[in-house]
Order: sequence, then structure tokens, then C-alpha cells
Amino acid sequence: MSDALVPAVPPDTARPRDTDPPPQAAAAPAETTSTADARSAQRVIPLRHPGRWIVSVGVLVLVAQIVHGLATNPFYQWDRFQYWFARPVLMNGLVITLEVTAYSALLGLAGGIVLALARLSRSPVLRAISWVYVWLFRSVPLIVVLLFLYNFSALYRTLSVGVPFGPAFWHFDESKLATDMVIAVVGLSLNEAAYAAEVVRAGILSVDQGQHEAAAALGLPRRYQFARIVFPQALRAIVPSYVNQLIGLVKGTSLVFYVSLLDLFGSVQSMGSTYPGDIVPLLLVATVWYVILTSVVSVVQFYVERHYSRGALRTLPPTPVQRLRHGLSTLIVRVRKETAS
Amino acid sequence: MSVLNPELDSPVDADTVPVAVEVHDVHKWYGAHRVLDGIDLTVAPGEVTAIIGPSGSGKSTLLRVINHLEQPQLGHVSLGGEPVGVRWHRGRLKELSERQILAQRGRIGFVFQNFNLFPHLTVLDNVAAAPVATGQLRKPEAQRWARELLDRVGMGEKAAAYPRQLSGGQQQRVAIARALALRPGVILFDEPTSALDPELVGEVLAVIKDLAASGTTLVIVTHEIGFAREVADRVVFMDGGRILEQGSPAEVLDQPRHPRTREFLSRVL
Repeated sequence: MSDALVPAVPPDTARPRDTDPPPQAAAAPAETTSTADARSAQRVIPLRHPGRWIVSVGVLVLVAQIVHGLATNPFYQWDRFQYWFARPVLMNGLVITLEVTAYSALLGLAGGIVLALARLSRSPVLRAISWVYVWLFRSVPLIVVLLFLYNFSALYRTLSVGVPFGPAFWHFDESKLATDMVIAVVGLSLNEAAYAAEVVRAGILSVDQGQHEAAAALGLPRRYQFARIVFPQALRAIVPSYVNQLIGLVKGTSLVFYVSLLDLFGSVQSMGSTYPGDIVPLLLVATVWYVILTSVVSVVQFYVERHYSRGALRTLPPTPVQRLRHGLSTLIVRVRKETAS
Repeated sequence: MSVLNPELDSPVDADTVPVAVEVHDVHKWYGAHRVLDGIDLTVAPGEVTAIIGPSGSGKSTLLRVINHLEQPQLGHVSLGGEPVGVRWHRGRLKELSERQILAQRGRIGFVFQNFNLFPHLTVLDNVAAAPVATGQLRKPEAQRWARELLDRVGMGEKAAAYPRQLSGGQQQRVAIARALALRPGVILFDEPTSALDPELVGEVLAVIKDLAASGTTLVIVTHEIGFAREVADRVVFMDGGRILEQGSPAEVLDQPRHPRTREFLSRVL
């Protein structure tokens, strides 16, 4: 910030602060006034930041202008936004988005845990396979995976379970099995698992070696060691990264439009081509819904993180509700004091 | 050892049988570095053995070999005559499966320098975890047993606390209660007071002293020479991966025969 801005508001015009000496000091009896004066002379006057105030005002003006523009520019057609916001055709899309997200998130996380355990196992074969999987699916764009799966039935008409190069025991008809939904969920899960694997692996590695040793020294069964001792502690590191991943997934589901699944974005897109004049309000509807979904995920994240920080922190941070309640109660106490005096 | 009996309210050590520990010619090396260089040691049931020596002398590694957290390349350890982590197969030692090793560890308590309590579990659950996880007790019984053990180390009032809310000395006392939960026949202590503030050392040593008096076999790696003198039946001096001298505290600490022992004691006393 430029120093030239500083004289614009002379420091002596700055409003008094609550850090200034209390007024009681002046009202004190005569013989103690001198000591009170001496003490207030000792009180450090905080540095004023007039430049900070000017910049804040400037930014607030800008924000107000943007809001004003959003609200009054006829281009956004807020009446059409209202019309489209909860239309059944878009709600169906929203449900599809939620379904695809939920299935892919669960399958992706499960796959990620398996891949991470394989990567951390003592078997060189499992380690290599896990590494190659992650390398491959992090390298290939999601849209390519989805389109490839979409055309999969042309490559393999039937899927069968059996001995490689030997007899098959069980046949699937590809075209009946692979609905658009299945293709979308499989594609997203394959992709998601690769990223989740790294998130989970990082979490497991973040657990202190002493915890593994203590669990082993107590003779806890291996499954118990992982499920009750190591993984819950790893979750503290996993949750923030995985939620990041999940938010990417919520928005990534918009790609399933390309495998002809009408999710939220897909239905907005198809309505937009039917009603070309409404494309802007339709995109706004999609934006607002994605923002709502992400916000819900963020709120859930706060509480999940709080749950898994038990024991890691001496005292848990207050929830927003608790903070609000505390803020209100202190405000009420303050107002009562002020009105009483 | 049957813990699944109805006599849970009986005195704590009712069915804990102290076990002998025998270390047979154990060698362990990392590359060219010899950490343990032919260790032979016999600890009688109920005996309290203190292992002293300069850092890097292999004391902690020996302790970790005894409960098979580390495998020796040569030699083996046996507990009450049964090899730990290995079995005899056609005249050779063969490694046991992990499940079998984990089962054996229930007979060996281990107390770490850094406590290594499970931070996400309450004090009570830390102690109750092992009996539940190994299927020896059901949860309510395990918790009752855990409370009994916590009372014994003077931590009964902190059962609901989380480890990070406790002082170092309190954490170490909980860790001792946790090590007792499976009624081990021998308890190994790896420098149990080295991570503690000086004023907290006493409370932990008092608990160990109490255990020593109850007749459990204890092997304690320690820097507390005064404590070793007071509690140990036998003091073992290690240096360079070897046992240079062992005997009663009076012999080893007051009339050391080996010059390295004399040198070490003159530096720490």
C-alpha cells in the first residue's frame, strides 16, 4: 500500500477504540488521579491503519457494484431463473447427479483403500499393480475413460468369468448390463479410485510408526490394527483431501452428459437447446445448485473432521452453532450492561 | 493361561504366572553394523533384570528382539521354554506366521519410551482394547478389568480422558496398565522414564516397583542407576552389542570388574 494514502485520514481523527483508557480513570478521586494518569501514560496506543480502511471501503464498493449488476442486469433474467430453479426436469437431473456422485464416491473410496493397502503391502506384485493402476488412470482424461466405456460393448460383446485362455463359467450380456448409469458410475469410480488411493496412502503414512509398533506389541489381530488403530487416525489426514476430491467429483459428474446420461448439467444443456433464449438463467440455475451441493459437503466435512479430531486436540473447536450462540450471549450481556449504565 | 474365567474380581495377579526368558546366542546386524553380537541371557521367573549401558549399545534392540518386534539373523529367544516368533522344524528355526506371533505377544507386555498410547481412544479403551480385540474378554468385562488395572496404577479417575490430556507420567502409567491387560508373564520396559520431566519420573518408577514386588518377571532398560540398584535382582551391562558384565546390583554397580563398566558408571553417577 502506498504511503501517500496515509495522510488522507489524519490519525487524530480516528474514532476512539475500546482499547483506549477507560473513562473511569478521569472520574477517580483526586489523590489517585496522578497514579491513574501515570498508568494511562504507560498504556501503549495501538498503531492506526488508515490505509486499510480506505482499501476496505474500495473493495466493498466494488462488491456492491457487482451485486447491483447481477440483480438489475436484464441479461440474467431472474424471473426465468425462478421459473427453472425447481422444474421437475431439472430436479430429475439433480437426482441423477446425486446418485452418480454417491455411488462413485463410495466405490472410488473403497477402491482407493484397496489400492492403497496393495501399494503399502509387502508383496512386490501387488505394489507394482497398484502403482500402474494409479499411474494409468491419473494419466487418462476422465472424458476419455467414459467414452471408451461407452463404446466398450462394441469391443467386447459379452463378458465372461473363467480361466484366462481356458473355459468360461459365467457369461454376461454386455448391452443389458451396461446401462448409461452403470457406465457413468464405473467410469467415475475407476478414475476416483486412482486419486483416492493416493489420498488414503498419504493418510496411512501420516500415522506415527509408534502406533503400528504399539498395536503389534499388544498382539492385536492385523485386521483390528488397521480398522481400529491405524485407519481412524489416518482419517484425520484423509478427510480434508478426500472432501476436496469429492467436490471435484460433484462437478466432474457433469461429464456424464457425454455418455447420454441427463444429470443436472445435462438437463440444463438439453433445456437450453430447446429454449435458446433461457440459456443464461439455466446456467445460473446449474451454478446455484452446484454451489448448494458443495456447501452441503463442506458443512458435513466440518463435523466429520471434528469427530475424527477427538483425542488429537485437547479441546474440540466450537461448532458454528456454538460460536453463534456464544457470540449472541456475549452481545446480549454487553447490551444489558450498556443500557444499565 | 485362561483369562475367560469368572474370577475377575479376584486379586489382579491370580492367574498371571511369571515366565522365564532365555536369550540364546542372538546376533543381529544391519549391513556391516553389528547391533547384537552374540547375546546369551537367562532371566528366571519373577526376576527383575535391569539392562544398562551407553546409547547405541544394543539394549533397546535386545528388548525388541525378545518380543519379536525385530528378528535376529542368528539365535533365538524363548519364553518359558517356548521359542518366540520361530519354531523348530527338522532341527532348524522356522519363522512363525504373523497370526501366531501376534498370539505369542499377548504373553509379553511391552512399555515404550514414548508411551505410544492410542490418541483417538480414551484411557479406558486403550487398556480394554487388547482383551477385546484378541477375543479373551467381552467388552463390559474388559472395561471392568481395565478399571481395575487403572486403579492399580493410580489412574482410575482419568478413565474417560484422552491420552493427550494427560501428563507424560500419567500417560506412561496408563501404558503400563495397557501392557498388563493381557496378564503377560513378562513385561519389558524400554527406557520408561527417559521421555519424562524429572519431577514425573518418581510416579512411574513407583508403579514399576509395585509390579516388581508382585512377582512378575520384568526386564527394564534404564538410565536410572539408582532405581536399578533399588529394584533389580540383577544388573546387566551392555556395550557394543555384547553383555560385558552381569550380576547383583552390588557386584555390577559397586564393584564393577570390567573397565568399560567402570568408565560408564563414572560418567553417569
